[in-house]
Formats: sequence, C-alpha cells, structure tokens
Amino acid sequence: MVIDKLNDVLIDVLQEVGNIGSGNAATALSTMINKKVDMNVPQIKVLEFKDVLDVLGDAEEPVVGIYFGLEGDLEGNIMFVLDMDSSKNLVNMLFGRMDGGELELNEMDMSALSEVGNILSASYANSLSMMTGLALKVTVPSICVDMAGAVISVPAIQFGITGDHAIFIETQFLQDENEIKGDIFLIPEVDSFEKLLRTLGVDM
Amino acid sequence: MEMIKVGMADYKATKSPGVLITFGLGSCVGIALYDKSTKVSGLAHVMLPSSKEIKNNSNKAKFADTGIDALIDEMVKLGARKSNIVAKIAGGAQMFSFSSQNDMLRIGERNAIASKEKLKDHRIRILAEDTGGNFGRTIELNTETGELQIKTIGHGIKVV
Repeated sequence: MVIDKLNDVLIDVLQEVGNIGSGNAATALSTMINKKVDMNVPQIKVLEFKDVLDVLGDAEEPVVGIYFGLEGDLEGNIMFVLDMDSSKNLVNMLFGRMDGGELELNEMDMSALSEVGNILSASYANSLSMMTGLALKVTVPSICVDMAGAVISVPAIQFGITGDHAIFIETQFLQDENEIKGDIFLIPEVDSFEKLLRTLGVDM
Repeated sequence: MEMIKVGMADYKATKSPGVLITFGLGSCVGIALYDKSTKVSGLAHVMLPSSKEIKNNSNKAKFADTGIDALIDEMVKLGARKSNIVAKIAGGAQMFSFSSQNDMLRIGERNAIASKEKLKDHRIRILAEDTGGNFGRTIELNTETGELQIKTIGHGIKVV
C-alpha cells in the first residue's frame, strides 16, 4: 500500500495539496473575522494507530471537532479542530462580543462554528478541485465537543479497514494575536488517496 | 503506581501492581480483563468489530474478535487462569451524527456487540458495561482491585 511507503517526493506533493487547500481556507477565515490568519507548513502525518490519539497533543483535552464527508471524485473527510479557548475567541469575534461572553459554548455558538467549518472546508475542497480538475463537494457538517483522542479516532477508524496506518494532511492556523489556533485535516480514503496522487502526476 | 498506556489498536497485559490506562475511547471499545486470584490484568483498545470482514487483518489488536483472543493468551502467559477472568467494557460511542445511512457510523455499537459476543464465546462474565452515547471515555484499570475508572467530559467520572 502506498501510504505505508511514502517517500520525499510524495510528501512534497501532499504538502503542496495541504498548502493550497488550507491557504484558501485561511483566506476565507481571515475574511470572516477581518483579521490576519497565518498558517504553518502542512504536516503529512502517517501514523500507526497506537500513536493517533496523541496527534492533537493531550488526548484528554477537550476540543471542538467539525467533521465533513468529502464526496464526488474523491472520498474522504475534512476535519476542523479548535481548542476550547480558540472556539470561544472565534465566536466572540464573529458575534462582535467584547466581554468574552459565557464560558460554555451555547447552541448558537456551535451553529456558528459549524458554519465557519463549512466555509473553510468548502474552500479547501474547491481549491483541490481547481488543482486537480476532480469534482468534489463536502457534506453537511457534524460537530462535537469532546476529548481530542476520541474526536480524532473517528477518521482514523476508516483507515483501519484498509491498512495499519492513518494519514492526515494537517495544517495549523494561527490568528495574528494568537487568539485562534486550529487545525484542519484532510483525510483521504485509501483508494482516493492513490487517485489524488495519480491525478497530480505522481507515478506509482 | 506504574501507569501502562494502551494506544488505539493496542493491548497490554500485566501483573499487579500498576494501572492500565487508555485515553479517549470514542467509537472504539476498551475491554478490561481481570483475574482476581492471580491479579493478572489486561486492557485492549479495539477499533473494529471483526477481522473476518476485512482483508488486511494482520494487526490482531485492531479487532474485537482477534484482540480479545490475543489479550487472553497474553494474560494466560503471565499466569492468569482463564476460568477466573472477568470483564468490564466501555466505549462504543457515536461521536458525530450524520443523516446518511453509512454503516461505519454505527461502528461504536457494532464494536460493543462484537466485544460482548467474543467474551461470551470465551465464557467470560461481564461485570460492568458502559457503552454507547455520543461522548468519549478514558478508562483506567486498577490491577490491584480490578476497579475500572471511567472518565468523561461533561458526563462525570465513575468507578465500576
């Protein structure tokens, strides 16, 4: 299986995929909150399952996960993950609250976060479409607030069916003043992963 | 006490003292096994119900069926007597809800059912079960007492 033997060339290609996808997503986020958003170089993480739970740091730390299916010529998932402080700061910016609001995320906050996730993942998918010529769309979001390990295990299980590694194309976002820190993951299914690479001209 | 960490698709067996811990069970199921007479314990963190449905099944720890078999073997090697082993299980949640009819979405429930069936095949009694729901769980097996602590975010902590 190709993900069990990723070489430097493949990693470069995947980093570029992550770069273009999350670059567009970062721009969309920046437009929404009217603040500068930077992103780190995408990380291509090929993990054994036993290491998956720690991919976001502390496996027990609560996070907000917004999860999308990817449909069309490629199948897979996109997941947008924010820690609790970032989620709170993000909704405060969106709603123009100055006082920090309540400590807990309410229903309206959750629905705002889903919508942000929606716009981000759609920009990600659109730029992948432009890059590859493949038709892609994202499904409606599903959101959950829970332990990081439990959230990230959901896409990992999909990989369990076909192999012994999970692959995540991860880009970290950082809003200028450090108020929002989040991760966006592209999680292609294995067949789609190979198709994506072929489309991008990688000889397998 | 020594903390022995069990990852996803992983299992560990040990002899008391020590704590076996696995973090952030979502749809996965944690199977805690304990033999009171020899104080040999084991913990498995399985992610899929059955090795038979899947071609790539070399990693036994991934599946409820082969994972439980392997964990019992490991415990017997450490001196456990199979007829004394009892079980407590937790996990099998559905973290995200989607409207589509994808079988993968019921994976938590299927993992829990498969684990119970396998334990039944081995005639291992299940003393406690905390499965289902839509939240994650961290579980800690005290190998001295056989107590299992189940921690959640927003759904409390309990010891079974």
